[in-house]
Amino acid sequence: MAILGLDEKEYFARGHRACAGCGESLALRLLMKVAGPNVVVCHCTGCMEVVSTPYPETAWEVPWVHSAFENNSAVASGVERALKHLGKEDTKVLVLGGDGGTYDIGLQCLSGAFERGHNITYVCTDNEAYMNTGIQRSGATPFGASTTTSPAGKVSNGKHEGKKDLMHILAAHGSPYLATASVGYHTDFLRKVKTALETKGPTFVNVMVPCVPGWRIEPEATIKVAKLGVETGATPLYEIIAGKHKLNMPVDSSKLKPVEEYLKMQGRFRHLFKPEPKTAELQAIQQGVKDGIDRLKKLSDLGL
Amino acid sequence: MKEVMEASHAIAEAVKAVDPAVIAAYPITPQTHIVERLSEYVANGELKGEYINAESEFAAISACLGAQATGVRSYTSTSSQGLALMHEILYIVSGMRLPVGMTVVNRALSAPINIWNDHQDSISERDSGWIQLYVETAQEAYDMTLMQYKICEDKRVLLPSMVCLDGFTLSHVYEPVDILEKARVDGFLPKYKPVHAVLDPKEPLTQGPIGFPTHYMEFRKDLVDAIAGSERVIGEVMAEYSRMFPVSIKDSRPDRYYHYEEYMMEDADVVLVAMGSVCGTIKEVIDELRGKGVKAGLLKLVTYRPFPNELIAKRLSGYRKVAVVDKALSPGNTAPLYTEVASALYDSKERPNLRSFIVGLGGRDVTLGHIERIINMTLKGEGAKTEWMF
Repeated sequence: MAILGLDEKEYFARGHRACAGCGESLALRLLMKVAGPNVVVCHCTGCMEVVSTPYPETAWEVPWVHSAFENNSAVASGVERALKHLGKEDTKVLVLGGDGGTYDIGLQCLSGAFERGHNITYVCTDNEAYMNTGIQRSGATPFGASTTTSPAGKVSNGKHEGKKDLMHILAAHGSPYLATASVGYHTDFLRKVKTALETKGPTFVNVMVPCVPGWRIEPEATIKVAKLGVETGATPLYEIIAGKHKLNMPVDSSKLKPVEEYLKMQGRFRHLFKPEPKTAELQAIQQGVKDGIDRLKKLSDLGL
Repeated sequence: MKEVMEASHAIAEAVKAVDPAVIAAYPITPQTHIVERLSEYVANGELKGEYINAESEFAAISACLGAQATGVRSYTSTSSQGLALMHEILYIVSGMRLPVGMTVVNRALSAPINIWNDHQDSISERDSGWIQLYVETAQEAYDMTLMQYKICEDKRVLLPSMVCLDGFTLSHVYEPVDILEKARVDGFLPKYKPVHAVLDPKEPLTQGPIGFPTHYMEFRKDLVDAIAGSERVIGEVMAEYSRMFPVSIKDSRPDRYYHYEEYMMEDADVVLVAMGSVCGTIKEVIDELRGKGVKAGLLKLVTYRPFPNELIAKRLSGYRKVAVVDKALSPGNTAPLYTEVASALYDSKERPNLRSFIVGLGGRDVTLGHIERIINMTLKGEGAKTEWMF
């Protein structure tokens, strides 16, 4: 029985090798029900490419291409123009990458493709670190998170810098549709993917996907943690439609839960609570979340 | 249509006739005249292909990869640092067996930064799995651009290819070129019908999967076999082209294209081996010295990848004195072309005395005097095993 009007067919099929509780593979499975079957998927190097295509097996029931880590948006540019030349403009071009391939090493290609205005939809499955190579810090890793290259130690409380604001980097390119989403709120996520695919031009969805080993959470906690990210404001949900902000939190943004509830569930922030609470850091994180939400709300309310 | 034109524009004419669906490029000196002319063709509607103004050479080759994987013909061109920036993707394009066409306008690699000619850029990509063909004249550059697509799209090959021509020394030089009518080109190179996997929702296929240790070596062996096998196809295509389009401008190209071109080798006491536009200078010196009774000859190498080992061994075996002229280096070892010629001759019973000469790095003029010295030093056995012609 089709639920929520979703395609019953799996375009990202079972049997792949992702970890139990993987938020990223769940996001792919769901979004492919919206994107398939008339689509070409261009995928960055990363966990999902590795777990889904161990030659001669594949989890992909749609045409899929991978070549390197940082060139995916450029590959998609070539695919899109080739489809245009062949008169197959109804075939969607879906570009997938993790935060490493999107925020950092692939940013130049992403910028080039968005500046040229290709008709592509880019979905970044953001788990806030380089998980495929063993949980190293990325530009999307939040302040205070301990990773293998920003470890908490005697004189360090994890990553010293905040998360890169990719949404506004892409907004500056004049993209017609940008959105953040969470795998914990999948109907909101899928609505945004659908909107992105149906909007002409370069569109973008950043979906937050908890990583079990990377965030050091229990496999059954993925959705709970993802939801808490939204409910605390750590993962703000919003769209930028033709340059205008629209905050669409599923909870009252003036009654958000304390961010500590979200942080406490994750091993990557354990050093902020044990052996004793790092009050200054926790306050800084809470203030950062509040400021972020307040700013988005203001922009949204003013129709900017 | 016979016309005196810049070699870069001759290449643009050839690309127009090839009619790629997607051109993706990033400008770099001295490649610019090719891509500027192609942009004009697109702007004037003479070329119906899509032109992607890539934000880097790295993006340009990646866009070609994507287009070719979708099932259309693609083209790019670059030089020097641009080719080096493409390095990672070059291996992937050949590994995915996508017949992308590229023109390399040869230029030195930094540092120090230098925009002038030598062969270090393309020679440094010799292990990338791309076919490499080196040309001497504008006519050859035009012809080889048409041939490269016929070669690399052959289902026995399915590999990308580079046509390499010397930056400035050839790319910016005006020479008479015979440009073929489109219908004649179409008779040689039919409309593109991909015989490789394509990205088509009607027939979903996974391209570019992860190859574990259980399969990786087989993929690499297939690639090596394909490029080795391409030697035969290159020979066939060159023969077909020469048959279909006989020489119309004297001395603009060999009568019959082949992996190499011989010049005055028959009775030569000394043979030079070289690639590219320097061969024109060498031919002139040979003519002059012949008048003085010095019997020198030239083996101009066209096909560098695949390296025609057996053909070279057979052709050079029996000569007593051979000088290899390199426009590139392999720091820490002997010069690349010299090393490969020496390797090709290893199993020969009659191995020549082989000398190595480094010329023309970073655009240093290769003079008639340099070539005469190379010939004399080789004949007399003077100097070190490797000599630099400063």
